[in-house]
Amino acid sequence: MHPVVKLLAQRIALGILLLLAASVLIFGGTQILPGDVAQAILGQQATPVALANLRAQMGLNDPAYIRYFHWLFGAMHGDFGTSLANGSDVATDIAGRLANTLFLAATAAIIAVPTAITLGLISVRYQGRWPDKVISAVTLATVSVPEFLLGYILMFFLAVEYPIAPSVSTIYDSMGFFEKLHAIVLPVMVLVLVVLGHMMRMTRAAILNVMQSAYIETAELKGIRPFLVIFRHAFPNAVSPVVNVVMINLAYLVVGVVVVEVVFVFPGMGQYLVDHVAKRDVPVVQACGLVFAAVYIGLNMLADVISILANPRLRHPK
Amino acid sequence: MKRIPLSALLGLTIVAAYFLAAIFAPLIAPYGMADAVGGVWEPSSAQYWLGTDSIGRDLLTRMIYGGRTTIAIAVAATLLSFGTGATLGFTAATLGGWVDQALSRFIDLIMAIPSLIFALVVLSVMPVTVGTLILVMGLLDSTRVFRLARAVAVDITVMDYVEAARLRGEGQIWIIFREVLPNALSPLVAEMGMRFIFQVLFISTLSFLGLGVQPPMADWGGIVKENKDGIVYGVTAALYPAIAIATLAISVNLVADWILNRTTSLKGGRNG
Repeated sequence: MHPVVKLLAQRIALGILLLLAASVLIFGGTQILPGDVAQAILGQQATPVALANLRAQMGLNDPAYIRYFHWLFGAMHGDFGTSLANGSDVATDIAGRLANTLFLAATAAIIAVPTAITLGLISVRYQGRWPDKVISAVTLATVSVPEFLLGYILMFFLAVEYPIAPSVSTIYDSMGFFEKLHAIVLPVMVLVLVVLGHMMRMTRAAILNVMQSAYIETAELKGIRPFLVIFRHAFPNAVSPVVNVVMINLAYLVVGVVVVEVVFVFPGMGQYLVDHVAKRDVPVVQACGLVFAAVYIGLNMLADVISILANPRLRHPK
Repeated sequence: MKRIPLSALLGLTIVAAYFLAAIFAPLIAPYGMADAVGGVWEPSSAQYWLGTDSIGRDLLTRMIYGGRTTIAIAVAATLLSFGTGATLGFTAATLGGWVDQALSRFIDLIMAIPSLIFALVVLSVMPVTVGTLILVMGLLDSTRVFRLARAVAVDITVMDYVEAARLRGEGQIWIIFREVLPNALSPLVAEMGMRFIFQVLFISTLSFLGLGVQPPMADWGGIVKENKDGIVYGVTAALYPAIAIATLAISVNLVADWILNRTTSLKGGRNG
């Protein structure tokens, strides 16, 4: 087998294994209570009959590992059970909300990735001079404030003081594409600001690392313009770490939406998860946890796959 | 005593001010923590410096008590994560072999799930008390401390003085705490600032989502949650915690940078 194919197969197998292990952790995380889940949901005043009914409904009379395999088997077939709070089918609820969340995250990514890479290139070109310092100070400020506060700061200035965008991002299926886009202006801005800082700083570090190579010095001595040195000689060699940075931040984006969705009342996965954690709705929480973990692990795996493919040294074994 | 750089001095002053305000909150706060003293969302005045909140409590009082809760929980969670993470990390590096493998792979697994998501999953069945919050936050973050501690300790365990201690017949506990720990201290202390800030952001986020500190106790994330509806009427009450968290975060970073520089230059001085 070609070594690259072998490496890829190994990495993908590892990802699947990791996801399985993560499902054990997520399931286990809801079982660690000293009492049991039924008691936690109904509280101390619950009557024994109500407890017994709920236990039977949730299958709590079976040992934990049987419940786990039952749950995992269902999850693999797209069956996440029914919500304890309102009895609706969890998989149906998730499908619509996941699409909304991915729409939000994808819009943010489309804006954030090119901006971050451009800003990274600019701050390498003017390293240590004022453009670099301004960019690094602004990004430091945006990463020092939690997402939800950034959300309210933007909401205060851009929806209340100077109303250019709606403060609430509720979207419906009946809305047109551009209507939806207008509704999510503020949450997208928050997400972009949050990942931009990390992405730009890591891109800058990755390119600076390459800038110390001998061939960069040669290119500079040849008299090529500084921007071309960076763009033609440094950037291609930094593609693999930069792609990695982008993927890690996309994974972060998918998690960052949880808080941003709550701030802007956006009907996505994050809002759904948070609402149902408060209601102690265990099947929904487990399903959301698994979906978030799957997206996160999937993007991290994709990052490794791309950097394997982007590294020519791995293509020609010695 | 070397001169303290201005940036570190500024950071140190602000951090100290926050911690003193947290410790002496009942003496400084102008009103009681849960006392409704005025109307809803009154603007700032001589009587209420920052105005009042959504149910007429003095906002300055809420911010001071909120800082006390937030900082106390973050400090406790940071100590727990360093205690657990550093001990396990040093153990993994010193013992090596299957212990190292088992611990490292387990930590990899926990880090494969985003912290916030995992915390939410666990908090959906746990009673949300201050104790549970510290436990969940501290243990989840100890994975990052573990990685750093292990990486630093792996370099130390191959040093001659560790070899000498082994040949002297010292036990593993001695090697971990008397040989590895003192030499790994400076990167760990610098990291401690970062982790503390992370915990401040973490607890604020959880409280904002309604799954952290429960009312009527005040904390910075909770203040945002309580006053967020005022934003659309132009009430800035929910924005004060942003200023508090951002200044604390930047100040702690300035101090951490200085500690890192100072300890590394000290080490250089000792060797020659």
